[in-house]
Amino acid sequence: MSDSIKVTIDGAAIEVPRGLTVLQACELAGREIPLFCFHPRLNIAGNCRMCLVEIEKSPKPVASCAMPAADGMVIKTDTPMVHKARKGVLEMLLINHPLDCPICDQGGECDLQDLTLFYGPDHSRFKENKRTVLDKNLGPLISTHMTRCIHCTRCIRFANEIAGVEELGATGRGEHMEIGTWVERAVTSELSGNMIDICPVGALNSKPYEYRARSWELRKTESIDVLDAVGCNIRVDARGPEVMRIVPRLNEDINEEWISDKTRFSYDGLRKRRLDVPMVRRDGKLQPCDWRDAFAAIAQRVQGLPGAQIGAIVGDLADCEAMTALKDLMAALGSPSIDCRQDGARLAASPRCSYLFNTTIAGIEQADSCLLIGANPRFEAALVNARLRKRYRQGRFHVARIGAPDDLTFPVEELGLGADVLASLADGSHRLAERLGQAAHPMLIVGPGALTRSDGGAILAAAREIAERYGMVKDGWNGFNVLHTAASRVGGLDLGLVPDQGGKDVARMVKAALGGELAVLFLLGADEIEVDQLGSAFVIYQGHHGDRAARRADVILPGAAYTEKDATYVNLEGRPQRAKLAVFPPGDAKEDWKILRALSDALGHRLAYDTLGQLRARMAELAPVLAHPDVIEPAAWRSFGRKGKLDASTLVSPIQDFYRTDPISRASPVMAECSALHQTRTTTLPATGTYG
Amino acid sequence: MSAPAGFEFTAENRAKVDAIIAKYPAGRQASAVLPLLTLAQAQAGGWLPQPALDHIADLLGMPSIRVYEVASFYDMFNTKPVGRIQVRICTTTPCWLCGSDEVVRACKETLGIGIGESTPDGRFFLREFECLGACANAPILWVDDDFYEDLDYAKTKAVLNALLKGERPKPGSQTGRQGSMPAGGRTTLKTIEQPDAGGPTDAG
Repeated sequence: MSDSIKVTIDGAAIEVPRGLTVLQACELAGREIPLFCFHPRLNIAGNCRMCLVEIEKSPKPVASCAMPAADGMVIKTDTPMVHKARKGVLEMLLINHPLDCPICDQGGECDLQDLTLFYGPDHSRFKENKRTVLDKNLGPLISTHMTRCIHCTRCIRFANEIAGVEELGATGRGEHMEIGTWVERAVTSELSGNMIDICPVGALNSKPYEYRARSWELRKTESIDVLDAVGCNIRVDARGPEVMRIVPRLNEDINEEWISDKTRFSYDGLRKRRLDVPMVRRDGKLQPCDWRDAFAAIAQRVQGLPGAQIGAIVGDLADCEAMTALKDLMAALGSPSIDCRQDGARLAASPRCSYLFNTTIAGIEQADSCLLIGANPRFEAALVNARLRKRYRQGRFHVARIGAPDDLTFPVEELGLGADVLASLADGSHRLAERLGQAAHPMLIVGPGALTRSDGGAILAAAREIAERYGMVKDGWNGFNVLHTAASRVGGLDLGLVPDQGGKDVARMVKAALGGELAVLFLLGADEIEVDQLGSAFVIYQGHHGDRAARRADVILPGAAYTEKDATYVNLEGRPQRAKLAVFPPGDAKEDWKILRALSDALGHRLAYDTLGQLRARMAELAPVLAHPDVIEPAAWRSFGRKGKLDASTLVSPIQDFYRTDPISRASPVMAECSALHQTRTTTLPATGTYG
Repeated sequence: MSAPAGFEFTAENRAKVDAIIAKYPAGRQASAVLPLLTLAQAQAGGWLPQPALDHIADLLGMPSIRVYEVASFYDMFNTKPVGRIQVRICTTTPCWLCGSDEVVRACKETLGIGIGESTPDGRFFLREFECLGACANAPILWVDDDFYEDLDYAKTKAVLNALLKGERPKPGSQTGRQGSMPAGGRTTLKTIEQPDAGGPTDAG
């Protein structure tokens, strides 16, 4: 049996791989088949009938999405029969469709609108009353207009298959069929916003974006998300100075075509609590000033101070350009104390393999066994979890976990709560040892719940031992993975933003500030430290949101958020990606590296770059891997970590509230609403695996 | 009738539930959803409150929405409170040709309610139904578990009046014929021919 079959499509013979549907064969032949319910990443439903084609020897038109292509098939996609069938299907679909396109948010990017234009009838023969359907309340993110629904069931299949929360269904029958949750409730998936994208009509829309803009008046900028470390590819749609919405961009290696709700809906936080003017604390109060005054205040405090008394902490949203400038500035000031591991992760800046997600996200699909160590990918990196679930649905995938249990939307074998389990895995005495040993492509994921503990270094070393013992690292396969939660972390480690000889890490800097040994502390968007415990240190805060640290600051330098600068971020796989400026920073705020460059001048240590190009050259000098955007430089395997005592206390994820993890999402009213809903949620549906 | 806060099968029904679930292979318990819904509806007084649906979902290890879908799909299941005695009139073509309009009129007059309504005392629920599959005895009234057949205006009134009095009239044909035999009595096989002693006379 050969791997390909011959079919004839519109008179042209072509060879296609065996196992395709007629629809896929037609697409390979360059024919466009109109469709609504078919989605390449979802199971086939075959209920919209839009994809009808004519197949020789078949008396009726055939739904091509559900028909396997067979050898010798003669398929016709451009005959009077097909045109009549399409017209008929569209007329039927439009019978109950309200035709309120002029006020519909989907207008301009609606499949039903487009296909009706090309294939549909020009008038309706339906004179009776259209049916009406009550709108459902699906929570603060998704608005519904259920009379527009054409029952393609994409949203139901998405919830069942991709998101793994079976909450949506089709109730009733025939004309009374309705899509919804039946019992009024919000959809409890962290990926629910994707239903808005896959809805081919205007039935499911974005609630925060509703009635605010038309799709054709938006300026579209392709960029990168920074609210977790996955580096989802996004498109930022803006009108004037305002980000109107964020939608996903296709990247098969990272997020496929999905993004998490935090990525999609946090943008309203970009308009709230912004720092848009430099400020200096005078008489105990932060007062607006101009850039010169702010720099002068810093210069006055810093000049003549020994480097050992100056420290810098980098936050979770910092870009590589700003980190490069900060590193150079701190070196010029003679300070060895700089740290990008705001959460206190016990990671070293070398070797590179010790802090990367080496398997890569797409590589998860090759794995056959996965061990989670203090990782909760569902909320720490939602799209990594989506990929794990995708792999689980393909079958023959075993996931085990050490740490606090939580529903990951697929079954997980619990090995224990504390890190002590690692010891028995490392010496091969654990019951899982045999299964791991037999796996062809085993992988493990060490999460922040393990790395931020005092025994994080020992856990990392034990994880390396386990990886080596069970063949997780071999030719063409590296199953050792670290799960990060911050977009700046891998870039920071690549650039070496860790304390030099004699320098202090984050915990020591905070302690030294409280004790008075550290006189000046520079925070580059660092809000997740104990800002109330900094004693009398002079705190400079550079960032874009008036979050936790800004309240404590003595000088505030207003920076740019990720949608407001051309910047490089490295995702957890070690893939450098470029975010692009979509809107300008508000008020007096500036791109972060420019602030640092200007500050260096004011402090008498002018940094040696004046343009973004020169800065990026310097960046590539510090970390050559950053010179090639979108390319992962595989990290060579080397030994790392120091053995130590493993603590038996439970490994708990530091992310307790998925919707509010950073200054932007904390400023977002929509995320606050989601968070409140999430906290009061009484029942969590377990992952049933019905569709597994 | 307000929705109860919780739902549990009675001990007697629980035994039936276990027997039903045991019919299906392990991992395929969801197949038992229809018989369980039928049991639950009978126990809950002719309709399925949400706690009953959730209870069945738990018993069968299904997400609740999957049970809601099934319960809302089938006309036999009521997801809102209705009268205890369920009177269902078939109005599909064969019954309609045989006079189901008169049956509908008789029901509305006798019970004093319209289609899709329940009597104020909560005893009767009247609704239309699609083909009940007893066209040979049209028109049909389906009351709880019984069929009343060969109805007309007067016979329908008689049946319903008896029900109103709390009686249970005899189900089946109301004209007295047996099953679906021809209305005018037998037309064939009136005499049974005795075969010859030598055996059958023809090939038939």
